[in-house]
Amino acid sequence: MEALLRLEGITKTFGGIVALDDVDFEVQAGEVHALIGENGAGKSTLMRIAMGVHSADRGRLLWKGRVVKLQTPRDAHRLGIRMVHQELMLIPQLSVGENIFLGCPPSRRAVFSWVRWNDMYERARQLLQGLGHDLDPRRPVSELSVAEQQLVEIARALAFEAELLILDEPTSPLSEHETERLFQTIARLKARGLSVIYITHRMRELYQIADRVTVLRDGRRILTAPISETSPEELVRAMVGRELKDYFPERESRARGAPILRVEGLTAPGRFSDITFTIHRGEIVGLAGLVGAGRTELVEALFGAREYTSGKIFIEDCPVTIRTPADAIRHGLALVTDDRKAKGLIPMASVRVNVILPVQARVAHLGILVNARAERHITERLLRELRVKTPSADHPVMVLSGGNQQKVVLARWLAVHPRVFLMDEPTRGIDVGAKMEIYELIRRLAAQGTAILLVSSELEELRHLADRILVMHRGRIVGELQREEATDDRILYLATGGEG
Amino acid sequence: MTRETSSAMADVGRILRPDLLLPLLRRFGPLLALLLMSGALAMLSPHFLTFENVLNVFRQSAVNALLALGQLLVIITAGIDLSVGSVLGLCCVLAALFLKAGVPASVAIAATLALGTALGMTNGLLFTKLRLPHPFIPTLGMMNVARGLALVLSGGFPISELPEDFRFWGAGALGGIPMPVIIVLVIYALFHLFLTRTTVGRDIYAIGGNKQAALLSGIPVDRRLITVYAMSGGLAALGGIILAGRMNSGFPLAGVGAELDAIAAVIIGGASFFGGVGTVWGTLVGALIMGVLRNGLNLLDVSAYWQTTVIGIVIVIAVWVDVLRQRALERRRVLRK
Repeated sequence: MEALLRLEGITKTFGGIVALDDVDFEVQAGEVHALIGENGAGKSTLMRIAMGVHSADRGRLLWKGRVVKLQTPRDAHRLGIRMVHQELMLIPQLSVGENIFLGCPPSRRAVFSWVRWNDMYERARQLLQGLGHDLDPRRPVSELSVAEQQLVEIARALAFEAELLILDEPTSPLSEHETERLFQTIARLKARGLSVIYITHRMRELYQIADRVTVLRDGRRILTAPISETSPEELVRAMVGRELKDYFPERESRARGAPILRVEGLTAPGRFSDITFTIHRGEIVGLAGLVGAGRTELVEALFGAREYTSGKIFIEDCPVTIRTPADAIRHGLALVTDDRKAKGLIPMASVRVNVILPVQARVAHLGILVNARAERHITERLLRELRVKTPSADHPVMVLSGGNQQKVVLARWLAVHPRVFLMDEPTRGIDVGAKMEIYELIRRLAAQGTAILLVSSELEELRHLADRILVMHRGRIVGELQREEATDDRILYLATGGEG
Repeated sequence: MTRETSSAMADVGRILRPDLLLPLLRRFGPLLALLLMSGALAMLSPHFLTFENVLNVFRQSAVNALLALGQLLVIITAGIDLSVGSVLGLCCVLAALFLKAGVPASVAIAATLALGTALGMTNGLLFTKLRLPHPFIPTLGMMNVARGLALVLSGGFPISELPEDFRFWGAGALGGIPMPVIIVLVIYALFHLFLTRTTVGRDIYAIGGNKQAALLSGIPVDRRLITVYAMSGGLAALGGIILAGRMNSGFPLAGVGAELDAIAAVIIGGASFFGGVGTVWGTLVGALIMGVLRNGLNLLDVSAYWQTTVIGIVIVIAVWVDVLRQRALERRRVLRK
């Protein structure tokens, strides 16, 4: 059968560095083809070539059997190839319908026509319904959840009669429930004969939706196979190139230490209410819930970055007032934020500055004069400890890969020696290798007595790491599961509003 | 090719590596432009490279350099201070009024500096505490308020004939070097140390690089911003004192449009409007480039109208170069992915 899109012998180098080395890749009509690999494996470059963003040094593209040359994304769009990027490209002030038809409102005459608003909204509604959603096309995009915004992007691709849709890690910002719905949407697309290239880091998803899978590593294609003929172990091995027996090594529950952080009746109207829990020394407590359940708001309030109206926070049984992150740090708290680009790193500053920020005043002479020697010493020790790959500590942090950037964020907080470590999606959007190192680190910190509150949308991660799991739903803690009783079903049941 | 030359070529190749060249260009690009311009002017006009003329350029650039320094601090935090020209004008008038009331020069200077700082601090407070959406708004307001007050207090007329010991700071000299030049060099050195060697200076860069991340790293963002705007106001007051001394009058329309020259100097000096990037020496070079341009075009008998045109073009070119640098950096990032 003729492939819809075929990339043959694609080679691409950037200034002497080989990003892709003789890669073959093809998508059949009506197929969901998963593309996996660690960061830097070449997935993005390959897709950029398929989108006409980059041109290959060698190799060719075939669309329905004909050789094509793509110079710009417009060329790809004209053929019917569309990509939904991780960073959604919608205009928040405009409505759903306007975004769907952006650049090409449906009109009758070719040269000039008024925008036919009613037609446009009607067509937008039909498109969304065809995807199984009844989203009001007149709502401004700024009011939508990330999942709904994705849907708008997909509808937009359909409006332009795409035949091939490239989804770049679409589920990383989604909750489990939203992920399920996205999969249903993808199934509908497939039933209509559309092809999907699905880029992901998550092993489990592949088996739910993919027909075939291709693994890239270091710019080479390692394998392509029907998903039914592969095992997760095989795929992980292909991705990392080594044996990974202990993806999640077992961790025995240990006796609890003394209570260290206690929260009583914490409330911020509209965000979360009546939050009460305790975390003990050396304990890893998971915080599960759907996106929008109030988890990020809660941890940021604990860290003094958001306001709360009532409730008390105790550290080692002393009531404390935390109004700013500086207060929180003083009381021994640390926070890894859910969005390292927007809230974590200072991109143009050096790795050293990014690591040292919270403790710079502590190591400074007279509390104000920068003590470069001490800073270098601390930074280099932490970079070694976390195995951060960087040309030097003085390079800007933005040149590092996602996984290494995340390690820089973690290093920053290790410098503080926190008693309570709040982690909001600490492994979001990073590759398997870096993930495992971060899991290791979390366990090691717990073993050393640090209390950890782990917010995660990956249930697998929570089940394997946490001693117990708190589940939030609509701003309230609706249940607590011990490690032994925590199954995906139980967590999801509580998170979607089922009774404990 | 002999072995020595080929190894020398290899050395050059190593030195010209883009990852090393780029930061060098960022650091020394403006300086290179200044030197090239000066070289060209020296060839065109024999008068340009005389000692007096060079001092003249420095002296004429002094007030702009002080305003630009304050503006630099603000721009590093990704902000803008539109009020510096008006604050300078108001401080000119205030200093003259104090002196006319018989206040000793030292007290008048101290009071003027304090008031300028207070005006700047007000900008900072309005921005942070009222949560105004952008520093453009409070400083635009202050720009009008300060200019209005300068006109009200002076009745719209220059207040002339100031005492000798006050005029010394703007018109005097020490060992043949004009006081404004000495003041600028001392202040610049202090601020260089402040920005590069203190934790507060580093906080300022961090805030401009990513305000949210800075806050979540425990930096007292509001307090730092207030400090930055206060410093900008204080430096504008210092510029006002020098200008009043040099002109021997408190002129209520002094510094009209000066905020834009200050912004231009900062941007030509390699700072980024997006915040987080910029150096004290770059800004000095930026102010000198503008001074040299004006001076050189004067020497070449080019009309003042054309000078403004040329400076406009230079601003756009400087920012365009900055955009090119950014793009080169982006490419390096893609390359690593």
